[in-house]
Amino acid sequence: MSDARIYEWAPGVPADLDLDQDDPLHGELLQINMGPQHPATHGVLRLKVTLDGEVIAACEPVVGYLHRGKEKTCESLGWRKFFVHTDRLDYVQPLLNNTSYAMALEQLAGIDVPQRGQEIRVLLMETSRIMAHLIYLGTTAIDLGAVTMFFLTFTEREKAYDLLDAYTGHRMNNTYIRMGGVYADVEEDVARAFRAWLVQFPGKIDEFESLLTGNRIWYDRNKDVGSLTVKECQDWALTGPILRAAGCASDLRKDEPYCGYETYDFDIPVGTLGDSYDRYLVRIEEMRQSVKIALQALDRLEQSKGADYLLEDRRYVLPPKGRTHESMEELIFQFKVVTDMRLPKGEAYVGVESSKGELGFFLASDGTSDPLRCHVRAPGLMNVQAIPLIAKGRLLSDMMAIIGSLDFVMGEVDR
Amino acid sequence: MNGLERLQAAGAPASLIEQPSRDNAACVRVAAADVYGTLQTLRDACGFGTVTFITAIDRSPAEDRFEIAWQLRSVEHVDRIRVTTRVGGDAPSVRSATDLWPGSAYMERECYDMFGIHFEGHVGLKRLLMPEGYDHFPLRKEFPHQGIEPDRLYREWERTRS
Amino acid sequence: MGSLVPADTGSSQEAGFFASRLDALVNWGRKNSLWPMPLGLSCCGIELMAMIGPKFDIARFGAEAARFSPRQCDLLIVAGTLTWKMAEATRTIYDQMPDPKWVIAMGVCSSSGGMYDSYSVVQGVDMILPVDVYVPGCPPRPDAVIDALIKLQRKIERESPTRRLAEMSSKPLEAGTNTFNMAPNDAIKTHRIGTFLEGDEGDDA
Repeated sequence: MSDARIYEWAPGVPADLDLDQDDPLHGELLQINMGPQHPATHGVLRLKVTLDGEVIAACEPVVGYLHRGKEKTCESLGWRKFFVHTDRLDYVQPLLNNTSYAMALEQLAGIDVPQRGQEIRVLLMETSRIMAHLIYLGTTAIDLGAVTMFFLTFTEREKAYDLLDAYTGHRMNNTYIRMGGVYADVEEDVARAFRAWLVQFPGKIDEFESLLTGNRIWYDRNKDVGSLTVKECQDWALTGPILRAAGCASDLRKDEPYCGYETYDFDIPVGTLGDSYDRYLVRIEEMRQSVKIALQALDRLEQSKGADYLLEDRRYVLPPKGRTHESMEELIFQFKVVTDMRLPKGEAYVGVESSKGELGFFLASDGTSDPLRCHVRAPGLMNVQAIPLIAKGRLLSDMMAIIGSLDFVMGEVDR
Repeated sequence: MNGLERLQAAGAPASLIEQPSRDNAACVRVAAADVYGTLQTLRDACGFGTVTFITAIDRSPAEDRFEIAWQLRSVEHVDRIRVTTRVGGDAPSVRSATDLWPGSAYMERECYDMFGIHFEGHVGLKRLLMPEGYDHFPLRKEFPHQGIEPDRLYREWERTRS
Repeated sequence: MGSLVPADTGSSQEAGFFASRLDALVNWGRKNSLWPMPLGLSCCGIELMAMIGPKFDIARFGAEAARFSPRQCDLLIVAGTLTWKMAEATRTIYDQMPDPKWVIAMGVCSSSGGMYDSYSVVQGVDMILPVDVYVPGCPPRPDAVIDALIKLQRKIERESPTRRLAEMSSKPLEAGTNTFNMAPNDAIKTHRIGTFLEGDEGDDA
């Protein structure tokens, strides 16, 4: 096959393609197709990879295999009913997505959440962050050959699933955050179970680290793979752990505090080299910090027992079901909220720090009950975009480490 | 100094109009021809190193129906600014920002895919989420939620392979 | 139908063999060694991972040998939302699986399109391939999928591989293909009935 044909097939090959002249396999460009069904692509991502010998000469991601039309769906469903769709964006951290969307709605409506509601949100968000990082750890490790990690992380995830099952009634896709607070209060025994899990969890992180951090294979396969500088991260719109691993202490929980994060005591882990190994270390440390934050939130929940967790603003918040059977007024409020909830005219964007980076919702309302526009700022899409940037010139086997360390979820990438 | 003040100090285009917004970001509207210059000033002189998102709002049936929004974030100043413009016509187009922030390539591709807005100077502007060969722009208001012949490309593929 | 209980030979000295129908023996082997092809498309894929994981452990049902190559699998678990863009790949995967093969539609999205009544989503994976068992839920709990697996095992028990073999050998195979040539709508009808009716003979999907 002549080179010309190959270049035609893969338009992503850059003009300044610098091939290793000493490589005996040099010159025989070969394209391989990874995905959309591939165990290492973490979902339905397709990569068109052009190889020179074993070195990646070019790579072009193809996304959209899970495009479900969520933004259009929001326009036809209305503001409230879109909540269930936000769970299924980044489906390893549903409660974080819920909160992000609820905060954007609250910003647009101009309402505030009661203190206890925010504390419950912080607890749920940090639990979600831990669960998302556990998925990262398990799946990335299994791709790089450490199968044990999958079983260890899923044992922990199952414990967290049980907690969420007890509290929200479902293992995944909980849809428990509402505009103006959360759906129901944290019961005392649920809080106790959360605490028991959180207290034992740092020991489990030590166990994970004892298997990976000093492990020669893990170190060699991640060290200096996929390095990014802070400038590159900013140019390529990368946020979250990837940006922090490159050495920039940018975290929305500190920079633009929401849900009272400014009052919690926690640190932002920062890397130095910005390679896959740094990203791994940053995420491990973030799990420890999340445990710290969640325990503080539990302490505060004990203090604020009995306080309001949901705003009583009948323009946006449903009345409790029991009361609608007794009061005509409440029934009318319920009817109005369900059928015709209007938000003020205007646009608002709120970003939160998700486990992948900055997750945000840009909402535009024209004052009627039909949403004008709902745009999801997905950190995962930006992470996918960076694959060609850092994969070029690496070995094909490094691709697994790169995909794993960029940590995206296709539900959010494709929406 | 917030982002808007920094922009005005560095030289804002004459077409700039301040817009109300319901969040903490400053929001300005400029003419479509001035967008690239404004973005360049914001990046070079005002410290906005990251583009958060690029998207559009279909405000039909208004004239110049598409409102395109660029949201920028400055890590060092810890603030945000949103630049918007209005375009319309049969072939809406605006200049691409890919040479300012390479990361805006996918955002612009998505915007093209969903709204059919052309970004001049974007190398490789093609569909991102919908398959190649798809005929419609789903997020335009006239496009129905259930779609128009959603299985057309699949059925064509099915016919060719047997 | 056939059973694997050793035949009563009348003498305890000769217990070294047992008689059974060939169908029963083949079905017993097939149902207890289903090799799933985990087509984890979206959220359900995470629950599918949980199902393979330590707590639910589908190894108890002989189905833990998940292979990501369709050529080595006989059970396709479609876990998640199928879009029209992904449909071509899914159909190719199904066609590449060797016969006999079965399909579980895990979750409402793959059963019926679920909550995504939108322009890009296939309204049920049975529009492009035949399905044996549908599992509702968004996502279904792993217990529900294990229940589906047991239901599928019961269905396999009722199949007749020898009759099928005779049918297959009587007509020449098309070169290199083992695709099923049924209009999508027929597939929906046949297989829905096949799944839900008790005492049904099962079909030969």
